Amino acid sequence: MALPGAAAALLARWRESDLWWSFRRSPVAVGAALVALLCIGGALLAPWIAPHDPFDLAGLDLSNAFKPPAWDAEGDPAFPLGTDGQGRDVLSAILYGARISLLVGLSATAFATLLGVLLGLVAGYAGGTADAVLMRIADVQLTFPSILVALLVNGVVQASLPRELHGALALYVVIFAIGISEWPKFARTVRGSTLVERNKEYVLAARVIGLGRARIMLTHVLPNVLGPVLVIATLNLGLAILAEATLSFLGVGVPPTQPSLGTLIRIGNDFLFSGEWWITIFPGAALVAMVLSVNLLGDWLRDALNPKLR
Amino acid sequence: MRDGADPAAPMLEVEDLAKHFDVSRPLLHRLLSGEGRRILRAVDGVSFAIPKGTTLSLVGESGCGKSTVARLVVGLYTPTRGRVRFAGHDLHEARADAAQRRRMQMIFQDPYASLNPRWRVRDIIAEPIRAFGLVKGRAAERERVAELLTHVGLSPLDGEKYPHEFSGGQRQRISIARALSSSPEFLVCDEPTSALDVSVQAQILNLMKALQRELGLTYLFISHNLAVVRQVSDRVGVMYLGRLVELAPAETLFTAPRHPYTRALLDAVPDLGMTGRQRVPVGGEVPSPIAPPPGCAFHPRCPLADARCRAERPALLPAGEAVVACHAVEEGRDGAARREPAGALAPDAA
Repeated sequence: MALPGAAAALLARWRESDLWWSFRRSPVAVGAALVALLCIGGALLAPWIAPHDPFDLAGLDLSNAFKPPAWDAEGDPAFPLGTDGQGRDVLSAILYGARISLLVGLSATAFATLLGVLLGLVAGYAGGTADAVLMRIADVQLTFPSILVALLVNGVVQASLPRELHGALALYVVIFAIGISEWPKFARTVRGSTLVERNKEYVLAARVIGLGRARIMLTHVLPNVLGPVLVIATLNLGLAILAEATLSFLGVGVPPTQPSLGTLIRIGNDFLFSGEWWITIFPGAALVAMVLSVNLLGDWLRDALNPKLR
Repeated sequence: MRDGADPAAPMLEVEDLAKHFDVSRPLLHRLLSGEGRRILRAVDGVSFAIPKGTTLSLVGESGCGKSTVARLVVGLYTPTRGRVRFAGHDLHEARADAAQRRRMQMIFQDPYASLNPRWRVRDIIAEPIRAFGLVKGRAAERERVAELLTHVGLSPLDGEKYPHEFSGGQRQRISIARALSSSPEFLVCDEPTSALDVSVQAQILNLMKALQRELGLTYLFISHNLAVVRQVSDRVGVMYLGRLVELAPAETLFTAPRHPYTRALLDAVPDLGMTGRQRVPVGGEVPSPIAPPPGCAFHPRCPLADARCRAERPALLPAGEAVVACHAVEEGRDGAARREPAGALAPDAA
């Protein structure tokens, strides 16, 4: 009984908040939110809304191969966006592929956020040697494009794993590689805010009581440095999805048994010049829609939370 | 005295306390430009004691080291030299012992930075209670917080709110409630009223004085506002460039200041009742604490300075009820009679 009450109170607070006000008055944000919701909803509900199961090899029929989209004269209404070279429904493949893309994007961003926030807090609060070492590592890593770091980490981990584990662990390796390539952004932002917060008097008050460093960092500093992290995490989600697609496009990302949007684009790419454009264009469009909408939401969030632009 | 604590010992004893900050530029920079280390002597040999139940104020211009002293005596900084004894215990040991640590608390200057903006007021006030495990159970904690809020003149219902819903004066009351929540005996107040309106200042000062009477608190009060200091202090220490130049009972200091710097400070106080009085402003700027002048640090600005002042650093010596660090006072060439009431000289003139 208490939970719906609390949820209702939370909803009421959200409806009165500046954020909701700013959201309602930004057509771009509303549009982006709708598109993002469509993408995420489609991905989550794929097993229930997809017309076919792209992983069910028994359901594939080679005579259905290379069917153009349904609105084409040769199209088949059973395959709204056409089929690929093995008679797989492109729409279903996209819905399932978006699941993988989103899973990798969210997990990698969560991993990068966790790592970056933790290291940034420690660097900013402890200062001295810990700060210098962590930040020099971050600086060095920032000089490389993150996709290069992800490629490197991915390659090294793949090479050091026994071959029979590749299929089972590939997904986690990709998540780890993308996450590790993105943490410096979080760490630097959090470190900067921590440097400001650690000298504020409420932190000194906690130190006078004699609270430990870890407790002060987690209960006092952390809640006050999370604002910018939320914005970076949202913007980073788009980048992580894109990084995964790039890795998969290059053939080093998720295993072919779990095709993501990047894998679909790579497969379709082979057919682009022979006229079967729909196999690559639709996954590409889905990727663009997903990344763009998430990025626009992140942009809006950044502006909405920036007191100077209010 | 098994634990080395003397019940009659002063609440706080500070002996030759010093804090130097290394503000040198990075090593590579120093090597390239051939400059040496730069040491900022924020506090450079300060001694005083505060008996239980009394208030000692430290006054002085910005940068004289008074806030550094405040942070040293609660252990936020480690002293470079000298020692602090808290209720008879060495400060370092007292800080390591929760039972002793509970007895000291601090009130800060900026009521907007001293409360965590993400915490509810009841959690802010309850933090020391939880840290020291002072009450058992949630209900007892709520009750204690409500009691503290009432004590500082707020409503128990205010505990549900966040700090941004309060004015500066109310926030300072919350700070005081937080400081009181561990039932301390010694409060360090680092300019607790300087960010507040004059009318609100008076309320907060009255609250602090009432609490002192009621709970027998000992205060170390840091301020640059002489009117405020006069209202709350038993004794006043005047600081200049990291050192005490005069330490005297409050009334003595305000009616018969001895050190030329103290006189200059009092002369600079705007006073509606004494319009037309000749004022001698303190000339010049505070010298840099990185390169303090030799001899008496005040000599470049002092009207009484002579060759000895420029060469020899004066020690704190008794002068009447006060202790003063000034060669001119020691030698009796400070014209102490200048401050005598005009009537006392009248018969001579007639």
